Parts: sequence; structure tokens; C-alpha cells
Amino acid sequence: MTLLQKLGDAVISKAVKTIDLTHTLDPDFPVLVLPPEFGQCQPFRIEEVSRYDERGPAWYWRNFSCNEHTGTHFDAPVHWVTGKDLPNSSVDTIDPNGFIRPACVLDFSKEVAADDDFVLTEDHIKAWEKEHGDIPGGHWVLFRSDWSKRSGADYLNLRDDGAHSPGPDAGAIRYLVETRDVIGFGVETIGTDAGQGGHFDPPYPAHTLLHGAGRYGLQCLRNLDQLPPKGAVIVSAPLKIKAGSGSPLRVLALVEDQ
Amino acid sequence: MVDALPPPRKKHPTRRTRVPTLPPMARSRAALFFTAYAARGELRLQHCEECGTVAYPPRDICGNCWSSALHWKPVAPDGVLLAETTLHTSTNIYFRERLPWRIGAVKLKNGPVVVAHIHSDAEEGAGVRIFARTDKSGQGVLFALPAEDTENMADDKALRELTCDPKHRRVLITDVRTRLGQSMARAALDAGAAKVFLGVAETWKPFQDQEALYALANTEIAPLDLADGASVAELASSIGGKVDILINTAQHIRPGSAMSRRDVVTAKEEMEVNFFGPLRLLQALGPAMRARGADGANSAVAWVNCLSVFALSNRPSFGLTSASQAAALSLSQNARSEFAGSGVKVINAFHGPLDDEWSQQLPPPKVAPERFATDVMRALRKGLEEVYFGEIAQDIHERWREDPAVLERELTLTNLMD
Repeated sequence: MTLLQKLGDAVISKAVKTIDLTHTLDPDFPVLVLPPEFGQCQPFRIEEVSRYDERGPAWYWRNFSCNEHTGTHFDAPVHWVTGKDLPNSSVDTIDPNGFIRPACVLDFSKEVAADDDFVLTEDHIKAWEKEHGDIPGGHWVLFRSDWSKRSGADYLNLRDDGAHSPGPDAGAIRYLVETRDVIGFGVETIGTDAGQGGHFDPPYPAHTLLHGAGRYGLQCLRNLDQLPPKGAVIVSAPLKIKAGSGSPLRVLALVEDQ
Repeated sequence: MVDALPPPRKKHPTRRTRVPTLPPMARSRAALFFTAYAARGELRLQHCEECGTVAYPPRDICGNCWSSALHWKPVAPDGVLLAETTLHTSTNIYFRERLPWRIGAVKLKNGPVVVAHIHSDAEEGAGVRIFARTDKSGQGVLFALPAEDTENMADDKALRELTCDPKHRRVLITDVRTRLGQSMARAALDAGAAKVFLGVAETWKPFQDQEALYALANTEIAPLDLADGASVAELASSIGGKVDILINTAQHIRPGSAMSRRDVVTAKEEMEVNFFGPLRLLQALGPAMRARGADGANSAVAWVNCLSVFALSNRPSFGLTSASQAAALSLSQNARSEFAGSGVKVINAFHGPLDDEWSQQLPPPKVAPERFATDVMRALRKGLEEVYFGEIAQDIHERWREDPAVLERELTLTNLMD
């Protein structure tokens, strides 16, 4: 049996489980909020075209619209100004090899439960590696915060001085990109950066450094608590949008039953 | 004295909801002028330029000298109730359902004898105040109030047929995220609304003074995003049969003109809220309101659009917001024709720049949202269909009536000199 035949059999028998890391695309799901003088991220919206009625007697279909960064979504390098001149950096041109990759899941949910503004540092990552071994190259690093269990106003956690949600500092991202050569960084929050990430040095370190180095982002993930620290394989192919800066997508994890 | 209107009882579970019926609707074209003035709360009659005769009812030529030079001019409201009749029978179904009904002949102090509906407290031989208003048919009629205000005057059965009094009614404010929406909610409660539904889009996004607003008695939070058809439909399926007055306070106002912007993203957002928003509301909530136009003391009565006066003529610095407001105004005309015959009035409440963050750089006069809200309640109590609040709105409206083409050029010049 070939490797893929074995995998196929394991998926069918559910020896390899498929875990959905995706939120439902719902008009009520929060999107990033910017000051109103800036262009805004459009929430998911649906308009019904017909539903077995005079508009189309035997069929039901709808138009939908949204931003490229609405719901559970993929960030391509071209999303950020630091990645704008990189080759093959939009969702339609990046190498599809990156759409199926193993992941390390770093669980800092306890720390986040104690501090909405928890900042993930290089030391935190090194401490995790001490316990679980080094992060191998080409992997996703998924930052488990259990933030996806929040809903409504608690999800963005907006206060009068901005959003308050966890994220990495520049040192953490530099370590992941330069030392560990990760393919990308995935989070449960609305963005790869902390809610207060605009006040970090440099501002929005995850966006700035990841995309500047041609790496990807995954946002608004869920069910990370069902993944092992190592060994899960992530399937995350964005829509092939011409020159797309990102895309809502279905993110799946394959996990071996242990 | 009129007895105070008691809060309406809950609906009988097996009785059919009364279908709206109408007083006579047919009018001559000349009489439509009277109706248009009445909808704005103006009492005007035709004056003959040749012989000075005041014509009543409206006609095409002067009954005295046959001149066609008749001009609509304001008339003083004072008069004397010469004779009064209380109808106890009628072949018209609308009046049959509302008997007994008082009508009378009123001699205007500076004009002819007119026929009017009569308030219960107006007495034969005594002084009265006449006003013109649109009735359930949407046509202009005259109504005689007693010379002095009386207790519970607004609760008079015949008067309440002409007004859209919020008292005992349930009001939906479509967007309370802004000072405008919040002021409107408070003003509706102050005006005696039985309940105010607080429309909130994107409940996951907090807004200023949210807690104080939610703490108000007789309110209910109504998740409602006018840019999302499913959200509007969902709200309609929940409270569609309970909205007696709808006040659309949702507005997307942004500076910018066609060539000063680089894309249509913001213009689409303006259209989403300012045009498609009320369209979605009409499709979801309109039919139920139209069916409830005669549903007792808390019948559906009013659909209120809060519109920028620059819906009339484009304000270049907010050129695309103006364009979306013009679309909204055109939609309101479509809505008015669809509500015709239902007893629900479509009220266009025009305002100049509101005193909010989008008019921050403008010098006064600006319209305080709180003031605008109380003025909207006053318009509802009066049953007006078109109102202009604040100096700028009134001034723009006057100039627009004089000549829209001149106003357009004026606004271009003002913009260039700013």
C-alpha cells in the first residue's frame, strides 16, 4: 500500500479524524473594526435569489458578499505592505504545497484566561519547545488561546482604548520565521496580531514580519483544543481569487486517533 | 371634555383584525394642492388675483369673476363654528365604523364658510381653530379644534384619525447606535409610547451610552442590521405585527464626491444603509403595517424617514451621501404610494447637518439630534407627512421650491468658496 492509500483508508475508518477549525460564515460574526474614516472590512452578507418560489421554482440559491478577511480566513503575504513586492504572494499564485502542512499547537489558554492582553514571546515558545521538542521547519504554528469560545462583544473585546486580545510580539515572530522557518502563524482571534498590536514595536509585528518574509496567516480558527501539540496536518486552501490578499476558507485538521 | 384614552387591551384571540377602510379619496387636481399643503401642515386656500375672492372648495376658476388667476395663500386659522351635525348613519363604510361623527360649518375670520370635522369639545357658536391635514385616504381635510386647548384634547376619536400620536403605540427605532437614534428612543418614550424597540446592528460592537439606553423602561433590544436582509427578515418575523410607528434613524453619512473618492466601496455602503436599508425594511415590515392601519387604538400609523435635506439637491462635499439620500427620497415616494389606502402615513423628516462627528468642521447652525427627535414626535402628534427641521433644512427647502436649478448652482458656488 502506498502512503496515500494508507491515509485514505485511515480517513475512511476514522483512524485519522477530520476536525473542522472553521467558524460558520454568519452575518453576525465580528469583523475587524477600524476608525470610521478608513475603509472597513465588510461582514458576511447574504441575499436570497430564489427558494423554490416564483423566482426559481425548483431551486434555492443566494448571493453572498464579504471582505477577503471575513470569518475564518487566510492572509497571503501581499495583504501587508511589507509583502507587496514578493513574487507569488497572492492567494491565486502562492505555491499550493503550502496548503497542506503539519502544525505545532502551542497551548497558552491558561495564560490568556488570566490576561486578555497576553503577549506571546520568544521565551514562551522556547519553554514550549523544552517540553515538546523543537518546532520543525515548514510547519504551521497555531497559537491556542481558547479565544474562539468567546462570542458577541467579548470576542473583539473593544474598549475605549481599542481591542484587547492576545497576540505575539516581534521577538516571537522573528524567532518563528528566522530560527524555525515556519510556513505561517494561526490564531483564534480576529487577527494574527494582539488587539493592542498597533502599539507594539514595530506596529502589528505578526502582519509586518510574517508577510514581509512571505509567510501566511490563519485567523478566527476554532477547535484548536482538539489538536495535539504535534502531529496534526492542516488543510487550508484559500479560494483562488485573482490577486487576492486573502480569503475565507474551510480549515481542516487531520489528527491520528491515539 | 374627552376621556383620556386608556391603554389598549391585548388583542382578542379569535377576532379578525379590522381591515383598513377609507374616507372618500377622489379629488380634483386643484384639490391635490390643498392636500400637499395639508401634508406639510399648511392651511392655504385659493385667492383670486382679480377680485380677491377666497375660493372654497378648490376650483379651477374663480366662482365670482371667472378668472383663472387663483393663488394658494395662507389663511388665518380662526373661525366660528356656525352649525354642527352629528352623523349617526352613513353609507360610507369608513364613517359607519366610526359613528357617531361630528361635522360642521365653520366661518373663517378672513375667509369663506368651510366644512370641517369637529372636535368633541368644539361648541356650536363658539370660536374654533381650523387646521388642514391628510386623512386616512391621504387627502386634505379640515378639522376644527376648540379655541383653547382642552384636557385630553389629542385623545379625541376623530382627531386621532388624522394624527400619528405615539401615545400607547409601539415604536421601532431602526438604529440606536447614534445620538440621533438614542434621542429618538427617549423622545418616543416621553411622547407616551407603550414600547420602544431599540434596533441595534452588530451587537458585538459596543457603542457610547449603550448601558444607559438599555436600562430605560419599556424598551426592548431588537437586533437589526439594515445592510443584512436576513437580519431584517428575522426581526420582522418576531415583532412585525407589533410595530405601530417605524422611525428609520439609520444613516451612513460620509464626506466625499465622485472624483474625490477612488472607488465605489463607501458609496455602496451608503446605498446599503440609506437606500437598500429602508427597502429591506419596507419589504419585511411594510405589508404587516399596511394590514394593521385600522387595528384599534394602537393601529399602525406612521413610517418615518429621517432624511438629509440634501436629498433634494446635491451637496457637493457630501456628494455621494447626497445621491444615496436622493435615492431614499425617491423610495419614500414609492412607499407612500404603496401605503396609500392603508391609513399608514409616510413621513419624511428632513434635517440639515446634524451636530455629530460628520459635521464637526461645519459652523453652526447645526441640528441637535435631541431637538430633531422632539420635533419628529411633534410632527407625529400633528400627523404631518413632510417636515423640515432647522434653519438650513428650511432654507434649502424654500430655495428648492423656488427653483431647483438655481439651488443646484448655488450649492456648487458655496462649495467652491468654502
